[in-house]
Amino acid sequence: MPTACRKSRLNTRSPYLENARLQALQPVLAWRSRALHVLRDWFSSEGFIEVETPVRIPAPALEPHIDAESSGAGFLRTSPELHMKRLLAAGYPKIFQIGPCFRRGERGDRHNPEYTMLEWYRANADYLDILQDTETLISRLATHLPHPLPRAPWPRFTVEDLFMRHAGWNPVEAYDAGRFERDLVTRIEPTLPRDTPVFVMDYPAAAAALSRRKPGRETVAERFELYIAGLEIANAFSELTDPVEQRLRFERCAEDRRAAGHDVYPLDEAFLSALSAGMPPSGGIALGVDRLMMALLGKDSLDAVIPFRERV
Amino acid sequence: MADYTASDLRKGLRVEADNIPYVITEFNFVKPGKGAAIYTCRLKSLLDGNTFVKNFRSNDVLKKPDLEEKIMRYSHNEGDDYIFMDENFEQFTLPGSVLADNRFFLFEDCEVHVLYHNARPVDVTLPTFVEKKILETDPGARGNTATNVLKPAKINGGFEIQVPLFINQGDIVKIDTRTGEYADRVSKK
Repeated sequence: MPTACRKSRLNTRSPYLENARLQALQPVLAWRSRALHVLRDWFSSEGFIEVETPVRIPAPALEPHIDAESSGAGFLRTSPELHMKRLLAAGYPKIFQIGPCFRRGERGDRHNPEYTMLEWYRANADYLDILQDTETLISRLATHLPHPLPRAPWPRFTVEDLFMRHAGWNPVEAYDAGRFERDLVTRIEPTLPRDTPVFVMDYPAAAAALSRRKPGRETVAERFELYIAGLEIANAFSELTDPVEQRLRFERCAEDRRAAGHDVYPLDEAFLSALSAGMPPSGGIALGVDRLMMALLGKDSLDAVIPFRERV
Repeated sequence: MADYTASDLRKGLRVEADNIPYVITEFNFVKPGKGAAIYTCRLKSLLDGNTFVKNFRSNDVLKKPDLEEKIMRYSHNEGDDYIFMDENFEQFTLPGSVLADNRFFLFEDCEVHVLYHNARPVDVTLPTFVEKKILETDPGARGNTATNVLKPAKINGGFEIQVPLFINQGDIVKIDTRTGEYADRVSKK
């Protein structure tokens, strides 16, 4: 038997080794701290205000494959999205937030059950405005970090083109979730360039729970994902503002989750009523800060950018 | 025997597929574009050490292999039967085919770890280093201490290893049992 299997998996280590590990992380954590300053400076110069919305919430957004940790009678947020949209509906034009989010059961080199999310939203804007923000912000961030990024604009690919070229079918016209996800991982992602950030755009409408459909093309959602070094870094939408369709999508998702044996969360009625009162057309994005650090600092595991990953 | 679902997968876990026990040596998962998780594992066969990469979906079920490890000590051989004893002096017989090249590295009272799959012995792990006497090799080139030039040498059972030129018949050498290669000279004749 390989000796590796015989090693016990100890959760504690000697204080000497633990100190050595933490000391080795210091340069990366210093870069990370600097990056957070650069992000906040940029948002401030663009006229955004930083907001803080609750971490413990009664109703996490219903998504087919995102599970929330329960906390007391409620849940830890999987994203601040619904509360930030309530601020948009109340007339806040530009808001951003940096804070912890939690997703149950997600642990690996590229996942941690607790992670730092950056989200920002612009009223009277769409996903292309957000794409512009993303390119500007990350280009600027990279100039403050040790590894340069290629000059923007970065390549943009539509899901339709990528699938037709590398998988031989069109998920936008005939969506099949299992096949879409499998081909995305095995056939599409390996073809994406790694020497530059890339945007993958215009997802099948069925694969975007909170996104607006493209005007004139109902099967396409106005959604993009940013990849850096082959890592999925951020997900953006032209936000869905129609309260009727949003309720329908939540209800359908709740049914799917129930049928699959997953926990079902209550509908966020406060969010739905804010949509009913009227939310301006908006663009928004959720960006994983830990993964961004990993990609920009050339690391291959979250272990290299997060000091503590203890199991709870 | 209880099964595993994809969410149980992790590095070091042993699983079974097509009646072959594997250990997971690399593990990662992705949730492509907000989709259901895909778990990517590198599986290493506990029988022959071959590895390959396999993707699993959340609803896949994997069999838990029936594996048991016994620690025992080598006693002697009777032809191709190798006799071992555990701490209760219970006797076990392993065929030479399970030991493979390891049978040449055994010595009396050598502690081994024997892996059983479905009550059948499938793999034997020896101490990482064992010491063996060189029974036959061309005369050493005196003064040649280069370690990058090798020549064949035989240990017990006629098993041939590659050793540096300065090794002589009768020398004791250290052998790495993981690779079957010369590691060091222990003593000169």
